[in-house]
Amino acid sequence: MVPAEQGGGVMRADLLADPVAGLDEALAAVDAVDRVLVAGLLRPQPAQAEDLAALADAVAGSPLASVVAEATEKAAAGAAGEDHFVALAAARTALLGSAHDALMARVGEATGRPVAETIAAEPAEAQAVNLLVAARSWLCDLARAGWRGIDHDVVSGAAQVVSAMLPDPALRRLATVLDGFAAELAASCPGASLDRVPARRWADLWSRALLLTLPGAAAVPATETLTGRLLPLGVDLHEHATAAQAQVHAVFEPADGGAPRLVRAAVSAPKPDTVVGAGIWQLLRPHLSLLTAVSEGRSMDLVDMPATPEGDLVWSDEHARPGEPADALATARVVLPTATAAPTAPLDRHPARIAVPVFLEGYEVQRDDDTLTFTVAGHPLPVDTDRVPVAGPLTPDAVATSRACLGLLRWDAGSFHVQPLAVETTVRKKAVTVHAGAWAGGTTDKAGVKAEKAAADAVAVLRERAGRLLRK
Amino acid sequence: MVPPARPRKLAKVPFVELADGRLQGVVSSGSDIERVYVSSVAAGTYAFACSTNNNRPCGGARGGFCNHILALVREAVLQYGAERVARYLRVEIVDAEPSEQTIASTMMSARPPQADSAAAASVFSRFLRHLAYLELAPTTLPVPEMQWFPPSRAVA
Repeated sequence: MVPAEQGGGVMRADLLADPVAGLDEALAAVDAVDRVLVAGLLRPQPAQAEDLAALADAVAGSPLASVVAEATEKAAAGAAGEDHFVALAAARTALLGSAHDALMARVGEATGRPVAETIAAEPAEAQAVNLLVAARSWLCDLARAGWRGIDHDVVSGAAQVVSAMLPDPALRRLATVLDGFAAELAASCPGASLDRVPARRWADLWSRALLLTLPGAAAVPATETLTGRLLPLGVDLHEHATAAQAQVHAVFEPADGGAPRLVRAAVSAPKPDTVVGAGIWQLLRPHLSLLTAVSEGRSMDLVDMPATPEGDLVWSDEHARPGEPADALATARVVLPTATAAPTAPLDRHPARIAVPVFLEGYEVQRDDDTLTFTVAGHPLPVDTDRVPVAGPLTPDAVATSRACLGLLRWDAGSFHVQPLAVETTVRKKAVTVHAGAWAGGTTDKAGVKAEKAAADAVAVLRERAGRLLRK
Repeated sequence: MVPPARPRKLAKVPFVELADGRLQGVVSSGSDIERVYVSSVAAGTYAFACSTNNNRPCGGARGGFCNHILALVREAVLQYGAERVARYLRVEIVDAEPSEQTIASTMMSARPPQADSAAAASVFSRFLRHLAYLELAPTTLPVPEMQWFPPSRAVA
């Protein structure tokens, strides 16, 4: 149980702004790898050798020490093989994993929510190895070229691998990240003429993808089944040109009377790049009845729903049926403070993965140009309104005039901020709740209906073209 | 982060992309429902090509841009924004904002060469690959990597 004085939804925003011990040092070593990847490892320069040595030093006290020492030496000599690149990615991932843990410990103090035990990695079944080898080989080519050295020839090497991987559900994660990454690189070619290289981001995607090429490395299989009541909090939407994912954050109340738990349920789909914005929901909606429940403001009753130790439900509609009306803000006020969070799997520990449901009220709002800041108990907490999707009725204006906010606490570029999922605000003197994911299950809103129709038309045209041309 | 594409009507130009160093895509024939034109313009040189899916050269693309290529420029500007299209094709526009018209006229006044038809096969196969995205099944297994791809309110 959470002690009453820490619970009750009172957030210690002051703790979020305090420095986290060791974080800067860990991130400095990450930056060293990131600089190495900007220039590439075909013909390493002395500055890159220094950066590689800094990485080796940073993990010298860890079990990775000897593997990384060898890898950085070979890389500095321009002689790194695939295993050496994997070792560099592993070292970088370990550093960010430790940053994640330190940040989550701080989040635990600020929210009063206990930090869950970690879970051990379990070897999963091996996957189609040839495709993994092909993907790894492409990623190593990228590392040799460096972001400044990428051109269309290097980047287009991903296309065939991705096409072959996408149909296999076991390879979908790797295919999805490769696809989004390759599209971003293609749009940035040639690397030599880029104004600015997103070094941290691309190195994140590179190391993430490289580790996913190790068979079963990041698999987190479902190990239990859940029976009880699911109370949705809100929807977090993700999208790149050719994929979209909707992730519902919710509180699960076990039927056996156990403590409520924070869980997530997701649905993702590959998509043509011309299906965007509110048009995305119709691709996802038929596969996750929970999206409809979110739009209708309902709970759902689960029977034997499979779940992973990370708190991810592996949704299948046959294990769920619509329940009683449930207001997300009421859930946030009453149940969220007592809910426990699931641990994060070893390889999923990364600051970009931090998305902790929080409830805020009694704050003041500052608005300067495009930035919004909540002042919570005298301490500033930046609001990431850019992450509120256009595929819903929640707008930066609604957030700016809100008095209560249910959101996800995230960490990016050196500070915590909150991504709004739903707010309580006043429209024409009436109190209303506006949800970012309100259109997930369907909408009667004019703009939403228009966007859905445009996307449906686009899909219809492509299907017609596919029908005539694909068979030939 | 790449800003998301903007929605557009696909009836005339079902596929357009900035890839492989070219603006390239597929334009539906106005007269024959079974026929499409595969068109492309190279970045930098503006070397252009247009042929049907059965590898017949486009009659309009002798000596200069045909209507299919102009349609491709128009739809690319709708989908990606004029600035990104101009930057990708390395079109430098003097004394004006990039737009469908200024991009097309700047390229045409450079008297671009006609490219061989080598690109057509790869453009068409990229179009078929794009269509295949419709046939892939959604999954409810979590994809944690998508955390790196948040939506953005920024427009292209």
